[in-house]
Amino acid sequence: MSILINKDTKVLVQGITGRDGSFHTGKMKDYGTNIVAGVSPGKGGQTVHDIPVFNTVEDAVKATGATVSIIFIPAPIAGDAILEAADGGIKLVICISEGVPTLDMVKATAYLKKKGVQLIGANCPGLITPGESMIGILPGNIFKKGNIGLMSRSGTLTYLMVSLLTQAGLGQSTCVGIGGDPVAGLYYEELLEMFQNDPETEAIVLIGEIGGDAEERAAQYIKNHVTKPVVAFIAGQTAPPGKRMGHAGAIISSGSGSAEEKIAAFESIGVPVARLPIDIPKLMKELLSK
Amino acid sequence: MKIHEFQAKEIFSRYSIPVTKETVCYTTDEVCTASERLGYPVVVKAQVHAGGRGKAGGVKLARTLDDAKNAANQILGMDIKGYTVEKVLVAQGVKFNKEFYVGMTIDRNTKSVLFMASKEGGVEIEEVAKDNPEAILKFPIDPELGMAPFLARKIAFQLFDDFSLVKQGADLFQKLYKIFLDTDSSLVEINPLVITDDGNLLALDGKMNFDDNALFRQKEIEALNEPTEDEKKEIQAKESGLTYIRLDGNIGCMVNGAGLAMASMDVIKHFGGQPANFLDIGGSSNPQKVIDAMNLLTSDKNVKVIMINIFGGITRCDDVAKGLVTALEQLKMDIPIVIRLSGTNAEEGLRIIASQNLPVVGSLSEAAQEAIRLVNAM
Repeated sequence: MSILINKDTKVLVQGITGRDGSFHTGKMKDYGTNIVAGVSPGKGGQTVHDIPVFNTVEDAVKATGATVSIIFIPAPIAGDAILEAADGGIKLVICISEGVPTLDMVKATAYLKKKGVQLIGANCPGLITPGESMIGILPGNIFKKGNIGLMSRSGTLTYLMVSLLTQAGLGQSTCVGIGGDPVAGLYYEELLEMFQNDPETEAIVLIGEIGGDAEERAAQYIKNHVTKPVVAFIAGQTAPPGKRMGHAGAIISSGSGSAEEKIAAFESIGVPVARLPIDIPKLMKELLSK
Repeated sequence: MKIHEFQAKEIFSRYSIPVTKETVCYTTDEVCTASERLGYPVVVKAQVHAGGRGKAGGVKLARTLDDAKNAANQILGMDIKGYTVEKVLVAQGVKFNKEFYVGMTIDRNTKSVLFMASKEGGVEIEEVAKDNPEAILKFPIDPELGMAPFLARKIAFQLFDDFSLVKQGADLFQKLYKIFLDTDSSLVEINPLVITDDGNLLALDGKMNFDDNALFRQKEIEALNEPTEDEKKEIQAKESGLTYIRLDGNIGCMVNGAGLAMASMDVIKHFGGQPANFLDIGGSSNPQKVIDAMNLLTSDKNVKVIMINIFGGITRCDDVAKGLVTALEQLKMDIPIVIRLSGTNAEEGLRIIASQNLPVVGSLSEAAQEAIRLVNAM
């Protein structure tokens, strides 16, 4: 078991003929991800890495039974690609594209909700169930199969955390990069619920950052619904207010969204928060040995 | 991206939202001429990209030509939160009897546009939110319905007693929502929205911020951008694919990924150091980016040591290393560097760097401590 994806998940790549799409399709295939189709309007009939390319998502889904789509489409038109995936019968959409206009995401998330389709991202590195399936741009070799579920707003910080966990012998059930945008798909609460219900996940790592109040809400959710051990980290402990730290969502505004408030929210319900990335495996081992 | 009050009100006017009669002025003479033409009283208001103008003394009422002249002399050139006032808005003074707040922003939790309104207008809304949160009415807008007439009326009925005002308000809210969508706003505010003595609604102030990700399709808005010196550097960085924010410390940071870049700053501070900047070189592997990044870092005279922290994913460590070697050859700099590299093609990267005799450390904590040691040794 794992959450969201496993070795049987049939994956479709939107934007497979582009530079990034084609490169990462190769990487995902090498990892063992079951990629069954690609979509690129006007390039139906071609193949990329021996994978058949279709003109529309609908055609690809009908021909291959793909249920998950990963999007490598330029940000100005990525919103439309998300809508097409949901309309075409995809059940989980992962949008890697960075810089999608917020109002496009407002429209897309509303449509997906109506269709009962799940979304991860945009502006995210994707997700991985180690040893089974990697759907994204994650460096597969640092992950190790195991029992820690991980969720994070940041890509490279996830890599750092995962390599520290792996070095400490703590493998992962599924790791999900939820992305750094203000309006995004699946977030902490939904993923906490999935990890809580996943028999293979023993403990959870939550990597947050400044901006918004999602971490505070996650803490509330953990208090009420999560019995498994959780360890957290918050990036941006020293970020100045009013400055957007790269991620569109990472800004401390109107006196809220600071790391201090988020750390306090977790610690008040007994969730330890690592001050340094290197403390994550240590805190996790302490919790697991209890 | 932010624009000035007068620009926001110009946009409001285009959607026939009533605003004060007003003129932008750059000199005291212009202020005097405008005041005479508008008739007294007038309000002279600093136009800067910062809130709290009133408190800072950047808004003054003038009842005579002398008043207007004095106000212009005082406000033009003054500093408000680091912004120098280069222009003022001269607006006709209006008699009104009640002030409201209306605003719209993006709500992360409901993933929709959030319409906010309050009977406690005219003060900073953040203060109201803190002291009396129930005084702010909040309505998430279903993107499919938009600001439907019934919804606009429902909001207006909660603000106004008089039905003529309800009708005006509902009309105004619909227009405001349309502006928000049409311009890819991230914030639209009228504070205060007033009821004038003759019983009409009027936008006395206006504020608009925009979604930077959507500027590619908002050329007219983008043309209004007036970046500060620091922001110019940030824009220049963005054109090279870098995200740069200058801070006050002396340890220059070069990191790939926003989260890792923030965490790197945190680790430096944790061990007692001061980061000079946030710099995310992003995801692609292009040696030129590293060269641009090094140029940017060394252009900040406060930088005493540079700490490089790369976790290769899409970014390839060997590309970073190549860029670094080229940058060092071009820049001939004498600033010490501390490097941490891991992930995709780290071994090749480390081999390239080894030829340059640069200090490489194993962990982020070690890198930060070494950088701090080097600063302290100077």
